[in-house]
Amino acid sequence: MREDMQLLEAVERYLNQQMSQEEKLHFEQLRASNPEVDHLVVEHQLFLQQMENFGNRKQFQSSLNEIHNDLVTKGEIKTVQPKVKVIQLVDKYKKVFALAASIAGITALAISGLVTYFTPKSNPSDIAQLKKEINTVKISQKQTENEINTLKHAPNRPAIPGKFGGTGFLIDGKGYLVTSAHVVAKADSVYIVNTKGEYFKARTVHVNDHTDIAILKIEDPRFEPVRHLPYGIRKAKADLGEQIFTLGYPRTEIVYNEGYLSAKTGYNGDTVTYQIAISANPGNSGGPIFNQHGEVIGVLSGKQVTAEGVVFSSQSKNIFRALDSLKQDSSTTIRIQSNSSVKGIDRVMQIKRIEECIYNVMSY
Amino acid sequence: MTSDPIEKALLEGLARNDRAATTTLYREHFGMIQALILNNNGTVDDARDVFQEAMVVLYEKVKSGEFELSCQLKTYIYSICRRLWLKKLTQKQRFLPELEGTDSWIAVEEDLEHFEQQDQAFHLMEKAMNSLGEPCRSLLDAFYLQKKSMIEIASVFGYTNADNAKTQKYKCLTRLKKIFFAQYKNLEV
Repeated sequence: MREDMQLLEAVERYLNQQMSQEEKLHFEQLRASNPEVDHLVVEHQLFLQQMENFGNRKQFQSSLNEIHNDLVTKGEIKTVQPKVKVIQLVDKYKKVFALAASIAGITALAISGLVTYFTPKSNPSDIAQLKKEINTVKISQKQTENEINTLKHAPNRPAIPGKFGGTGFLIDGKGYLVTSAHVVAKADSVYIVNTKGEYFKARTVHVNDHTDIAILKIEDPRFEPVRHLPYGIRKAKADLGEQIFTLGYPRTEIVYNEGYLSAKTGYNGDTVTYQIAISANPGNSGGPIFNQHGEVIGVLSGKQVTAEGVVFSSQSKNIFRALDSLKQDSSTTIRIQSNSSVKGIDRVMQIKRIEECIYNVMSY
Repeated sequence: MTSDPIEKALLEGLARNDRAATTTLYREHFGMIQALILNNNGTVDDARDVFQEAMVVLYEKVKSGEFELSCQLKTYIYSICRRLWLKKLTQKQRFLPELEGTDSWIAVEEDLEHFEQQDQAFHLMEKAMNSLGEPCRSLLDAFYLQKKSMIEIASVFGYTNADNAKTQKYKCLTRLKKIFFAQYKNLEV
C-alpha cells in the first residue's frame, strides 16, 4: 500500500505541475515504459478535473443563493406573484357577481348543514397532543427546594419546571417563533430555551387552535437577533413520499428524527394537516418539519393513539395564514424568507446550521 | 465572445467568480425569467431554480473558454431558461406544452446536451462524496475543494502529523475514486 500511495502522490504532483524539471523527466520516462502508470495518470487527471468541476459548481451555487437572498432583502428583485388581470372585469360584472355569490353562499350553507348532520362524530381523544404533562405532585414536592437553588444560581431561569414543554423555531431573526397552539394554550407565561441552555422570556402574540399554530415573540433584551435564518418556509404543498426530518426537545437535549410524508391530508381527511411517518414523542410538538432541502413544510402537532407510527403536522401554509391575520390584528409585519440556504449540503452540516434556531418552549 | 464590451466584461467577471459581476447579471435578468415562469404555470420557487440552473450553464460555458455568443446575452439566457422549463413541464405533464412569451429565442439544444453530461457527473460526485461518511468527506473536501495544505488539515482534524493525515487521505481518496468510477463508466456508454 505504501508504494501505491507514493505513486498516487507522485501522479498528483505531476498533474499539478509541482515537480522539478529533473523529477518530471524521470516520471515521464516511467510513464512511457509502464502502461499501468500511464493509465493511472489519465484516470487521475479525469478524476481531478471532475473534482474541480464539482467544487466550482458547488461554490457557484451557494454564491447564487446568497446573491438571491441579498437582492431580495435589498428589494432589488421582487419575488411576488403578479396580480391577475381579473380585477378590471369586476366593475363590469358587479351585479352578476353579487347574485352569483349570494346563490353560492346559500347553497354552501345548506350543504355544510347537511354535512354536519350526517357526519359520524369522531372521537377527539383519538389524537394525543404531544405536550409533556409533568407530574404535578413531584413539582410541589421539589418546589421549595428548586426555588431557592435556581434563584441563587441563575436569576434568569424560571423557578419551577414548566407545566408543558414543546418545541419552537425562529421564523424571523428579530425574535419571532412558531410553535403549536396547544403547547402554549392556557399558559400564564412562556419561556424558551436554546441549545446552549439559555432561557429567554417570550410572549404569545397569535394563536390559532384550528390549525394548531401559535406565534411567539421573544421579549428579552439578552436575545441577540439572528441575521440570516438558514432555512426557508415553503409556501407550496409538499409532495407525497418526500424525505423529511425534524429537530425537537422530547428531552432537554435537542433530538433529530427523520421520516417521510405519508399523506397530503391529516386525521379523517383534515386538509390543514399532513400525515407523516416519523418517530415523535411528547415534547416534539411545535417542531419544524423540514424537507431534504431544509425548507419548513410543516409544524409537528400530534399523533394518533389508536394507530402506530401515525403522526400529524400542520401545513406550512398555515404559518403564512397566521402571519396575515397577525398583520390585520396588530399591523405587525413579519417578513419570512421562502428560500433555504442549506439546500444541497450534507445533512450533518444542515443540522449544525439549523439547530441554533430551534428552541425548547416551556409554558407555565 | 460578444460584441458588447459591457457584456463581455460581465462574462469575464463571471468566469473569474467575481461576485459583483454575478450580482449584476442576476439583477438584470432574473425579473424577465420570473415573468416567463410565472406566466407558464410556475411558482416563484420554480423561477429561482430555473434561473439559477441557467446561470450555472452560462458559468460553466464561459469558464470552459469556448463560449461563442451569436445573439444578445439576454436572448441566450432566455432561451436556456425556456428550454429548461419546457423540459420540466414535460416531465410533469405528459403532453408537450406551448410556452407563452413574446421574446425571441434561439436553439440551445447542443449547449444543454453538453451541460446535461456535466450535470450527471456532478450528481455522481455529490452522491459519492455523501456516501463516504465522516471524516473522509470533510477531509477530501478540505484538501481538494478548499485547497488546504496537509499540515493545516492534520491540525484541524487532530492527526499527530501530516504523514498520518496523508495516509488517511489516501485511503479516503481510493474509496471515493472506486465509488465514483464504478458509476461513471456507466455514464459514458
